[in-house]
Amino acid sequence: MKSFIPREVESLWTLFTAPTVWAIHFVGCYAAVAVYCAKAATLDFSFGTVRLALGGFTVVALAVIVLSAWLAWRQWGFGAGDPPHDEPTRKARTLFQGFATLLLSGLSFVAVLYMAIPLILIAECQR
Amino acid sequence: MVELGNFSPEERAAQEERLRKVWKTPGGWRYWTSVNNSEIGLWYGVTAFAFMLFAGALGLLMRAQLATPNNNLISAELYNQAFTLHGTVMMFLFAVPIFEAVAIFLLPSMLGARELPFPRLSAFGFWSFLLGGIFVCGSIFFNAAPNAGWFMYPPLATDKEYAGIGADIWLLGLSFIEVASIAAAVEIIVGIMKCRAPGMRINMMPMFAWYLLIVAGMILFAFPPLIAGDILFEMERMFDWPFFDVSRGGDPLLWQHLFWIFGHPEVYIIFLPAIALMAMIVPTFSQRPIVGYSWIVLAAVGTGFLSFGLWVHHMFTTGLPQISLAFFSAASEAVAIPTGVQIFVFIATMLAGRVIFSVPMLFGAGGLAIFTIGGLTGVMVALAPFDWQAHDTYFIVAHLHYVLIGGMFFPIVAGIYYYFPFVTGKKLSDAWGKVAFWLMFVGFNVGFFPMHFSGLRGMPRRIFTYPEEFGWDLFNLVSTIGAFIFAAGVLTFVIDIFRPKPKPETRNLNPWNAGTLEWTNDPDESWGMRSVPIITSRYPLWEQENLQADIEAGRFYLPDAKSGKRETLVTSVLDAEPIQCLRVGGVSYVPMISALALGGVFIALTFHWWIPTIICAVITFIAIIWWLWTGTAQIPEAEEVDVGLGQKLPVYVSGPASVGWWAMFITMVGDGTAFASLIFGYFFYWTVHDDFTAGAVGPGAFWPMVALVLFVIAWLLTIAARQLNEKGPSGCRAALVAGILVSIAACLAGLAGPYFHGMDPTSNVYPATVWVIVIWTVVHGAVGIIMQVYCLARSLADRMTPEHDQDICNVTLYWHFMAFTAVVTFAVLGLFPMVSR
Repeated sequence: MKSFIPREVESLWTLFTAPTVWAIHFVGCYAAVAVYCAKAATLDFSFGTVRLALGGFTVVALAVIVLSAWLAWRQWGFGAGDPPHDEPTRKARTLFQGFATLLLSGLSFVAVLYMAIPLILIAECQR
Repeated sequence: MVELGNFSPEERAAQEERLRKVWKTPGGWRYWTSVNNSEIGLWYGVTAFAFMLFAGALGLLMRAQLATPNNNLISAELYNQAFTLHGTVMMFLFAVPIFEAVAIFLLPSMLGARELPFPRLSAFGFWSFLLGGIFVCGSIFFNAAPNAGWFMYPPLATDKEYAGIGADIWLLGLSFIEVASIAAAVEIIVGIMKCRAPGMRINMMPMFAWYLLIVAGMILFAFPPLIAGDILFEMERMFDWPFFDVSRGGDPLLWQHLFWIFGHPEVYIIFLPAIALMAMIVPTFSQRPIVGYSWIVLAAVGTGFLSFGLWVHHMFTTGLPQISLAFFSAASEAVAIPTGVQIFVFIATMLAGRVIFSVPMLFGAGGLAIFTIGGLTGVMVALAPFDWQAHDTYFIVAHLHYVLIGGMFFPIVAGIYYYFPFVTGKKLSDAWGKVAFWLMFVGFNVGFFPMHFSGLRGMPRRIFTYPEEFGWDLFNLVSTIGAFIFAAGVLTFVIDIFRPKPKPETRNLNPWNAGTLEWTNDPDESWGMRSVPIITSRYPLWEQENLQADIEAGRFYLPDAKSGKRETLVTSVLDAEPIQCLRVGGVSYVPMISALALGGVFIALTFHWWIPTIICAVITFIAIIWWLWTGTAQIPEAEEVDVGLGQKLPVYVSGPASVGWWAMFITMVGDGTAFASLIFGYFFYWTVHDDFTAGAVGPGAFWPMVALVLFVIAWLLTIAARQLNEKGPSGCRAALVAGILVSIAACLAGLAGPYFHGMDPTSNVYPATVWVIVIWTVVHGAVGIIMQVYCLARSLADRMTPEHDQDICNVTLYWHFMAFTAVVTFAVLGLFPMVSR
């Protein structure tokens, strides 16, 4: 059976997965409310709908970050070895990548949560 | 384990003779044609430092004017020019270039490379920077300096009555320097990714390299929006296209967005390299490896990303919806997390080791203390309600100087003290250094701390004087006294640098007992690494036995220069396995000529001298083509060369394996960001108006769709040319000829839409936006045509063959981006007006 979880990839780019998700989420939220608040008069749905949709978007973003964190955790050998991972081996390099990616996933998770706070607390465009 | 080389003293002397000859810096006035990273880095640094002193003097002039109420030392107009130039020069001509200088100087030695991959590009960047900088700074002596503040807000800065030629000087002078910054970013990214010593896997990279990699990436996404903004701004000033003119549908807020999408990451672009220096200094003076290497990577990458979510916190008082403000407030608070992490990592490293409080550490620790205060006031102003009170007051002036001087200037001074022996072989004085530090530390706090209070008492920034009764006079007098004490500290430091110093009696390349690779280099030799070592540790000088002696004995890679060409190793991205022997450009006039000619274009444009503009543009074009033709993708005399240790490596590689392909990719990412900024502008105007076309006719759908299809065909033909080239030159040439013809037709079709519909760009912002996006795409199409013609010529001259196809591979990569640009352009311009309401 084919697993839906990606195989381990050899790339530097995986390091940036979680922050990229944060960036997409950030731009998405910003653009959505900016367009809505500018065009509210011509749109036939309420700001509450926008908040709900962005709430859903936030859950998706968090889920992708958790997936990225899980992959990183796997790459880090599920915490089998401790940092600093400074041996001159491919293994240490992989563990380092896993650990750094895991840390970045954590930061991105928190940063996405921060973005969700205004969505909970602010109920109208309010200029 | 590889068997290291072993050479007799005679062989070594002969090798050194050849290396010295290849890497020789020319004498006499030809010295200035040098492209070696140690010369370029030094010139870059000294020039940036000189600009800093100039801008500092302007700061003192402002402080002298503000010392007492109702002062008339300088006029309001000169004051306006002084503060605009002070901010502009400090940000664009000191803070960013000094880090490019440090990177160009240090990176090859840290990474164990002989040279960065594009030395001539570095030289080009330096000459651009020098010319642009002199042009911008010199303007104040003709009473023509920009005077609308360093962020140039329209409508003040678009008002020709108020902001005369100064605004053009700012826009064109700095656009030119932005080009230099992007060139440096390309150089740094490719250098760090591809030119590390064998064995230096990414978990072994010096911290400095990690930070610089992130910073260079940030430049790619931060500077292009400003370039796009500059284009719009200059089109308004030069041709009256109303991008920021409200009466014709424009909006000054677009400039604020574009400026701060650049401007806020810029703060971190300045801050991270300075912290990178600290990440080299702290372990050395704690005499132990850094604690939390991975956490530093987290901090660098995290800050790099989050810093792009902060720009609107400069715009909290512009009337954006409060939920938008709250998003940016949240991100501004979030960025404190990674910033805090890196400070705690330094503290942990110091606690875990035995700290030696030398002068570099004094400056580093003092800087961090100052920066922390600035960071805390930053958290305060990130809260929108507080910012509404403090906005545009001296509280902000205090905050930003605490952040920049603590986070950037002090660490840079620490770095200069630390690396002075690396550059000159001599140490700066400890006694002078301590005096300089205490003068600067005390002077800074005396000067800038009272500004928090004058700001909270309501003193706005950028006023040239103030009346007595407001109660601001004591704070201002104290600030002025502090500023002069600070300046005395800087002067002490400068004197220490220039005072004659005796040559040390014993040769000691590593006076601080540092652990990183750069300290193996002999400042008296211009070859960098005598031989390129195999790295097995993060702190090779501490942990790899006999490293220094083995490097100097030429026992590692590239101990010789038999080919008579400048060579360095290219290694793989993740594990740094040797994959190529790269030949880099040597001494040449061409970078200087190209930069000076390009500078001529920008300067002539400022004064609307059209004929000199065209002449300079033609010279630039010829120089760059000459540079490419004679200096890039040279077919080598042999496919493989001996790099030592019994290994042979290819000299010529193409496609994603080559450094040139990466440089094109990185450049086009930056270019794509500028394009995205223009598209952002299009949709921005759509959001601010009920009918963004203002009833004006659009380009229609027909011509944009024709252009779109033709550009896609031209792209496919370019790909076909690359594929056919593998089978032989004739098919490739035919595809190129067809590609050129289709591309020309595509460009014309692109222009036809707005042209046949009679869109007048001065009438309203909608036609102006359509025109500017079409022109952007067509200019890129024209560059694409030049590239196709170039490949055709290279093929006809047998400089591009089925085996040696770098040129067509890189051009195809360009065309991938070109096709994307064209599809987005024409789909948006042709179709969006039909679906929008």
